[in-house]
Amino acid sequence: MPSQLYNDEEITMTDTQIGSHINAEAPRSKAQAHDAFPKADTSPDIALIQARNFNFFYGKQQALFDISLDIPERKVTAFIGPSGCGKSTILRSINRMNDLIEGVSHGGDITIGGTSIYDPQLEVIGLRRRVGMVFQKSNPFPKSIYENVVYGLRVAGENRKARLDEVVEQSLKSSALWDEVKDRLQESALALSGGQMQRLCIARAIANEPDVLLMDEPCSALDPIATAKIEELIYQLKRDFTIVIVTHNMQQAARVSDKTAFFYLGKLIEFNNTKAMFISPTKKQTEDYITGRFG
Amino acid sequence: MPILEKKPINPHPAFRPADPRAAVKKRSTYGEPLVWLTSVGLSAGLLMVVALLAVVFVNGLTVFWPKPVAAVTLSPNAKDSVGGAKSFAGTVIKHQKKITHAAVIPGQKSSDAPYEWQFYIGNKDLYGLGYKYIDNADIVGMSRPKDIIVIERLEYGNAIGRAVSLVEDDGSVVAAEHASFGNRFSAKVRTANERRAEIKVIEKSKIGRVNARMRELTLQSQELEKQVKGLPKHRQNDPELSHERKSIEHEERGLQEEYDQLAAKARALREVQNASTLKYRLLSGQEKDLPIGQVVSFYYPNQLSLVQKIGHFFHSFWRFLAEEPREANTEGGIFPAIFGTFVMTLMMSLAVTPFGVIAAIYLREYAKQGIWVRMVRIAVNNLAGVPSIVFGVFGLGFFVYFVGGTMDKIFFNSALPTPTFGTGGILWAALTLALMTVPVVIVATEESLAAVPRGVREGSLACGASKWQTIRRVVLPAAAPGIMTGFILAMARGAGEVAPLMMVGVVKLAPTLPLDTVVPFVHLERKFMHLGFHIYDLGFQSPDSEAAKPMVFATTLVLILLILALNLTAVRVRQNLRRKYALSAV
Ligand SMILES: Nc1ncnc2c1ncn2[C@@H]1O[C@H](COP(=O)(O)OP(=O)(O)O)[C@@H](O)[C@H]1O
Ligand SMILES: [Mg+2]
Repeated sequence: MPSQLYNDEEITMTDTQIGSHINAEAPRSKAQAHDAFPKADTSPDIALIQARNFNFFYGKQQALFDISLDIPERKVTAFIGPSGCGKSTILRSINRMNDLIEGVSHGGDITIGGTSIYDPQLEVIGLRRRVGMVFQKSNPFPKSIYENVVYGLRVAGENRKARLDEVVEQSLKSSALWDEVKDRLQESALALSGGQMQRLCIARAIANEPDVLLMDEPCSALDPIATAKIEELIYQLKRDFTIVIVTHNMQQAARVSDKTAFFYLGKLIEFNNTKAMFISPTKKQTEDYITGRFG
Repeated sequence: MPILEKKPINPHPAFRPADPRAAVKKRSTYGEPLVWLTSVGLSAGLLMVVALLAVVFVNGLTVFWPKPVAAVTLSPNAKDSVGGAKSFAGTVIKHQKKITHAAVIPGQKSSDAPYEWQFYIGNKDLYGLGYKYIDNADIVGMSRPKDIIVIERLEYGNAIGRAVSLVEDDGSVVAAEHASFGNRFSAKVRTANERRAEIKVIEKSKIGRVNARMRELTLQSQELEKQVKGLPKHRQNDPELSHERKSIEHEERGLQEEYDQLAAKARALREVQNASTLKYRLLSGQEKDLPIGQVVSFYYPNQLSLVQKIGHFFHSFWRFLAEEPREANTEGGIFPAIFGTFVMTLMMSLAVTPFGVIAAIYLREYAKQGIWVRMVRIAVNNLAGVPSIVFGVFGLGFFVYFVGGTMDKIFFNSALPTPTFGTGGILWAALTLALMTVPVVIVATEESLAAVPRGVREGSLACGASKWQTIRRVVLPAAAPGIMTGFILAMARGAGEVAPLMMVGVVKLAPTLPLDTVVPFVHLERKFMHLGFHIYDLGFQSPDSEAAKPMVFATTLVLILLILALNLTAVRVRQNLRRKYALSAV
């Protein structure tokens, strides 16, 4: 059928475009894989976020078991693993987003720059300002584009127009959205396309100038072109931010991350440089997962 | 081309009816009868609503349509007479089979049953009654003379008869047959109406303002005397005190003077009002003088063209909306009731919304969801089922006697024992209804809060907003259209409510409006009129129920239109909010 052909063509076309952007093919086998890490950062790691024997419970049900890992500064760390393995749970623990759920408890500790996130001296609001978050489903506020970006500053009490204007321009430029929206900052954010909304959410998160940027499957609701744009953006952003990204797309993890952590059933199975992990996984489970044998 | 051999049709066994008779029987899909039932239910409901609205609209609007007036002659030996005479003019209201209490005689055909007519005959000052039933058998003649005039008066309703002459203030007489009669008469009526408006301004606003200031001064001087009594003897003749006393007296004297002047002016205007008179004759021949000051308007019902009728219709509808009631509310307009309903409903809605929204925010966002919150929710929902009169009693006991009484003791002590807030008033009425409608707002708000997606809340919290900031800046705007729905429902419920109002401040006739030009302009303690109560009062408390009937329909119509207008405005606001805050379908 002609329409079927047309569809195939379209998919092929977008694939090429991704290729031109990322300059790499998705790894299909171990032999091909080393072409897929053009941007891997091999500079020495300086741990910023450290989890130590971290356990997490939803009521009585334990979701994380004894997680210990060091997330390096100004690099991209990817969390991968099958659905329900606890990727979101550990990510949302870092900015204490899980506190909102009733009946949760934890054991062990997570530190950022040496300070425990559960330190009674530390305000959770301050923590969330230092640790920005981008969600799977883009969630712009029903406000103008401008107000969306400055939201974090406004709630922190910043109202000077000049400062806000400056932050809006900077953040939107950093999130590669400025050229597309600079003429309609006062229009509703809800009129943007899905990919633009997600980049707006990134702009909103970085407007607070956080140290860490958490991303929970930021591209899973986006089309390939928008995904490619976000991936390119992540590469740009790691110069200034420590990024932790959850993804269940292996190729994406390979394309964007420097380090990868593989979780399975609430446990950290393997944590290594991405390239090393994808080329020679040390654990059988990891190999099975990244070669697509389950998950 | 080879001709295809025709194969005998041999359908698959599944499509073949096992029994040829079964094929005739139609299959009905399960569930279809239920669909049918639901549509019947909906149509029955709609039909009832439409019928009710139609009754109200038709009866309410025809009140203002000018109807022809018949000149009726009764047979000389008729038992009935109108004001002792055998001829009269009247508008036909009904023509029906006579309602008798006599047993139906078997064999008598129903068409033989006697008929009777109901007429609106006006001239209540002479006839005593505005409406009359006449037996068909008694009527010997009915015609529509062109020269019949209907005069709307300030008192005793309409006069119906024939104009004879206009006696002007200088004594000159213009006969009704004279060409200039019509113009002169309307000019006179117009100036009389203008003068009446002027008198009203003087008596209501100007004298009202003087009186209000006088009352204040009286209270002030009472307060002063009380103070003086409390002082030791040697300080009672303090020059400062006597100075104050003097200044009060001085102002009082000034006000008294002003009052005298205004009263004299009003009196003079009143006298001029009645300088000319209209002489008119009933169909029986009896003549009567009517001072022009008494005339509100007049028309010749049997001469009107369609355009004139339409003009008359809109004019009298407008006057019904804009004028004050007369003659125990059976004549004139209903403006104070419209105004009272509007102000009270608005106050109620403005009071109930923040109250309900705050309660709902606590219940949904802060309270720990558990058995306790569930019980509160059930209690709130059941509150909506409490008879409204119970709320009225509660309002009387709590707002009027307790809160109002306490306020009087603290702030208006000098006016006691005359209560200021310790008696029914528009504020207490609005608060009582707010209490009654608060469950509606709470339920609607809770639902709309629950519908705000989790993602938006988390997004806000992740930006470093506190819980309250999240609610105020993100959740409430997103929930605003739902809150508006609660507002609309509360308004609709409150605007049509009557029973509780009767206990907390509604009156049959309020001399003043809750808002006017006398300082402080808003008088929350005042009693007020209300359309719903007006309907009840006209329909069930009126001395002349026949005269009140058209007013009941017209007032109901206005109440429905008012609620509709309020609702449509709120719906518009809600649409704007939706457009502004709608969470997209991502
Ligand atoms: N709010 C919650 N309440 C109870 N259990 C939860 C909740 N969220 C997640 N879980 C459970 O925790 C486990 C890990 O979930 P999650 O971290 O969301 O997995 P992933 O993001 O890797 O798919 C799952 O078994 C899930 O059922
Ligand atoms: Mg997840």
